[in-house]
Amino acid sequence: MAQIALPASRRSTSTVSAKKWLGALPFFLFAILFLIWPSARLMIDAFLDGQGRFTLDNLAQLFQNQTIVSSYLLSIQISAVTAIGGGIFGFFLAYSVTIGGLPKPLRSMLITFSAVASNFAGVPLAFAFVATLGRTGFITAILKNIFGVNIYTAGFNLYSFLGLSLTYMYFQFPLMVLIMAPALDALKKEWREAAENLGATVFQYWWHVALPILMPSILGTMFLLFANSFGAYATAYALTGGSLPLITIQLRAQIQGDVLHNPSLGYAMAMGMIIVMAVSTIGYIWLQSRSERWLK
Amino acid sequence: MNLLSWLRKVPLWSGFWYTLGVLYFILPLYATLDFSLRIQRDVISLLAYQNAFADPGFLKTFVYSNILAVITILFSLLLIVPTSYWIRLRLPEARRIVEYVTTLAIVIPAIVMGFGLISVYGAPIKIPFTSIQLTDSLLNSPVGTNFIVIMGYTVLALPLMYRSVDTGMRTIDVRVLTEAAQSLGANWFTIIVRVILPNLRASILSGALLTFAIVVGEVTISSILNVPAFSPYLWLMGQHKAYEPAALSFASFLMIWASMGVIQIVTGGRAQASVAH
Repeated sequence: MAQIALPASRRSTSTVSAKKWLGALPFFLFAILFLIWPSARLMIDAFLDGQGRFTLDNLAQLFQNQTIVSSYLLSIQISAVTAIGGGIFGFFLAYSVTIGGLPKPLRSMLITFSAVASNFAGVPLAFAFVATLGRTGFITAILKNIFGVNIYTAGFNLYSFLGLSLTYMYFQFPLMVLIMAPALDALKKEWREAAENLGATVFQYWWHVALPILMPSILGTMFLLFANSFGAYATAYALTGGSLPLITIQLRAQIQGDVLHNPSLGYAMAMGMIIVMAVSTIGYIWLQSRSERWLK
Repeated sequence: MNLLSWLRKVPLWSGFWYTLGVLYFILPLYATLDFSLRIQRDVISLLAYQNAFADPGFLKTFVYSNILAVITILFSLLLIVPTSYWIRLRLPEARRIVEYVTTLAIVIPAIVMGFGLISVYGAPIKIPFTSIQLTDSLLNSPVGTNFIVIMGYTVLALPLMYRSVDTGMRTIDVRVLTEAAQSLGANWFTIIVRVILPNLRASILSGALLTFAIVVGEVTISSILNVPAFSPYLWLMGQHKAYEPAALSFASFLMIWASMGVIQIVTGGRAQASVAH
């Protein structure tokens, strides 16, 4: 949207622009005090030892300490699995209500549901999945009583990687639906007609036209889903009580726990998390801006 | 009509995914509802809900979280509405930076932010580079702790609140409204409260309801800072009871559902999602 410059007054422009910035001062002050300084402070603390002396020890530990390395890997795995899985599932759902031919009312129902589900996380979500797939859960019981399959003796466990992934999916794929539905709307009918006129099959249209156009948006949103799950703490904590050593769980144990308790190392872990989050968020923003070339 | 054209009319492929999606949405909720009604053997009853709502801990933590939510919403609006207005009107060059700041609020995970706040405000506050102490640690007093929690929540809600308000600002012509009000002799306060705010009703309401859902469901910052909020209470209850937590989980789902339903109605379907789990 175009921003028209205000009729510039003839007064000295520097004092005017300084005054202009005063209007945004409260916001920036707030951001510095409660967002930027606290995060910067953790990053600085990551370079200090218990006595406040400079050290690179904490950062080295991130790569040497086996527990920490594996908790990073676990968080990355679960985020990648739920981002890709949620991304694909969410894409097909968004497809079904946009160009997939399902009637309009089904679409607004799905969008509302997605808005609710993507905000339904933490303790209530964990309890809902216990009631569904826990040892005495609803689906567990149906499978056992009707189909004669006991998923728990077959090796399934809700408090495991698979169980937590299924739980995370509950807020992951709805987010994909919310972002992909407008992108799919923006696919132009003319592109499909042009492809069909030139004799393209449905597969050729998707493979050579639609998917290349949608790809930045799909991948970008998957990056967002990745970040969404990587920073998650509440749901994992509520579901597993800390038994699945994700990076967020380990981080709290290092800073606030009784057993591990090495705050400096915790700050280094926090810094590592911020870096991973920044990379995936930048990936999202970059790909999203690329997708706007075609989808506007 | 032959079979092929009939098959084309019924989008089986779409129908398949849609059904799967609806099942994924509904089953956990149905399971929770079903479980919450079975506290008495062989009888369907609302006893678990009665027990849960009658627990004094529920009322205390729920009221506390609601108060936090209201203060967070008011503070966020006070912070964001004038900023967003000013940027639209006079300071378009600050837009980018403000957007970076709101993105930063997504990049910093809630748990990291919580510890960042403790690390800064858990110690006595001094004037930088001197040893002159301004205040004792803010986290030593309940008032200070609540203040820090509200600031943390405001940061969590910042991306959503800013986006809601800014989207609203975009749809009204801020400049024309301002000039019209000014030419009628209105001052800045009157312009914001009586001209801009009424035009932003829908987006403010949707931002406020999203913030409400975030704050009442929030467990990370409240448990790190150890304040008596609703979600940590619910979690604790889940450690020694089964049916009452299910009842409260289902109730909180209904609450989010109601909020989102209102948002859908007032914004005409522009749904949003928070990114802070």
